[in-house]
Amino acid sequence: MSQIKPDARQAIPATDSAVSVRNVSKVYGDVQALKDLTLDFPRGELTSLLGPSGCGKTTLLKIIAGLLPATSGEVLINGRAVTGPGPDRSFVFQDFALMPWATVLRNVAFGLELRGVAKSEREAVAEKYIAAVGLAGFEQKYPHQLSGGMRQRVGLARALSVKAEVLLLDEPFSAVDEQTRRKFQEDMLELVQNEKKTFIFVTHSIEEAVYVSDQIAILLPRPSRVSEIIRPASFRDKGVANIRRDPEYLDIVDRIWASLRNYVE
Amino acid sequence: MINRSLLLKLLSGLIVFGAWEIAGRVPISYAFPTFLESMAALARMTFDGTIFVAYGETLRPLVVGVAISAVFGIGIGLWIGLSKQFEWLFSPIFIVMQAAPLAALIPILVMIYGIGLTSKVFVVCIMAMPVIVLNTASAVRNTPVSLKEMATSFLAADRDVLLKIILPAASPVIFSGLRLGVSAGFIGAILSELKITPTGVGDIITYSRSIADYPSMYAAIFSIILLAVLFLNLLEKLENILFEGNNRGYVSD
Repeated sequence: MSQIKPDARQAIPATDSAVSVRNVSKVYGDVQALKDLTLDFPRGELTSLLGPSGCGKTTLLKIIAGLLPATSGEVLINGRAVTGPGPDRSFVFQDFALMPWATVLRNVAFGLELRGVAKSEREAVAEKYIAAVGLAGFEQKYPHQLSGGMRQRVGLARALSVKAEVLLLDEPFSAVDEQTRRKFQEDMLELVQNEKKTFIFVTHSIEEAVYVSDQIAILLPRPSRVSEIIRPASFRDKGVANIRRDPEYLDIVDRIWASLRNYVE
Repeated sequence: MINRSLLLKLLSGLIVFGAWEIAGRVPISYAFPTFLESMAALARMTFDGTIFVAYGETLRPLVVGVAISAVFGIGIGLWIGLSKQFEWLFSPIFIVMQAAPLAALIPILVMIYGIGLTSKVFVVCIMAMPVIVLNTASAVRNTPVSLKEMATSFLAADRDVLLKIILPAASPVIFSGLRLGVSAGFIGAILSELKITPTGVGDIITYSRSIADYPSMYAAIFSIILLAVLFLNLLEKLENILFEGNNRGYVSD
């Protein structure tokens, strides 16, 4: 029973998977959130989980993160089964999850602080990533002094600073304004290029998913399953400014909307 | 801006004390002295040292009671907030304590613990502890879930989650519980001196009323209010120093 239909125009390349989800089910009480879901996340690529609300995409992400236990099935990271949170994964939260009582510097260094890295060392790493996300000079500010977009940059810097192989992003741009989001999406592409990491990206925006992804997994609800996997082929190298008017980009957006529209209440 | 807020504070003080002075001069009652008479009495008691002797008495049950309430109150509150079973066990006790009319319980306390320090400490604790416990518990229970998830996902041990997430996140509400608890403790301390044995400031109030020395009575009342306000301000300063980013609310709301 294969739920994955390879995209006809391009065979899935034989890259290995950093993360594999094998027959995962999740039941909350009498609600079946995920049913027998199998999905692979190729190493070094960005995979989006896209679907209508209630399709279990955030649940799946939290199971991969080890924040939620799966009812059955398993998640493999480099072949090893996930039993809980691990140093190989880091999480970017939809609501930023910044500590309001801590400065930007301490927030970014918090993952390293929990790992017992010495203060001077972890602050040096944090400063580097604060600069990398474009927040140099804001180290001693508190989260309430930053705009929404800047707060999420702090969340991103925190996730990068622990040097995890797999970055899990839960609708990271849904709480920031449209213009900031576009800038973020461009920065995401650059990040995927520069950092040799595997990104798993949950979103409900079709345009966002197509824009940033190497691979898009479309999840449908009731019961939740992977209905389709799409790998955009041609527009990734045409430059950030040209993607949104590329015919393939527009085709894929239309195609996804056609298959999702029946599930929108 | 600081000057303006200081100016407003002075103005509000001027209005209140001015009204007091006028009301005392009318006079609205023979037993109501003017502001200046009361301040003169306060100055007299300060210079002859009676007020310090009185506070030496009053502060003992107050400080002991507030310290016990703060330490045990926050401890029990944390436990209630973290554990459902413990909540079922202990939460009703503190809700009853908070609702019970304290003055009615004082005779029972006196029967059990006599008229000494123990009873007075108990009165202070009964006043101060419930609000500290209940505030702490609800603050702990309402720690933002995403902050706890964040810590867990970055490999925090349970101890880290408690010390680095739950406690600082709960601190604004814990501190507001402390403030309420401390002011209730002041009420308890004075109440115990009026109801159990007249000592300290309670003695000044009772005695000067009985000899119709109303300025001294009002001076004593004024001084205890002043002390309570100063202490609460101190507590607020302490909170601002400890958790600097907290005093502008949560960013993730």
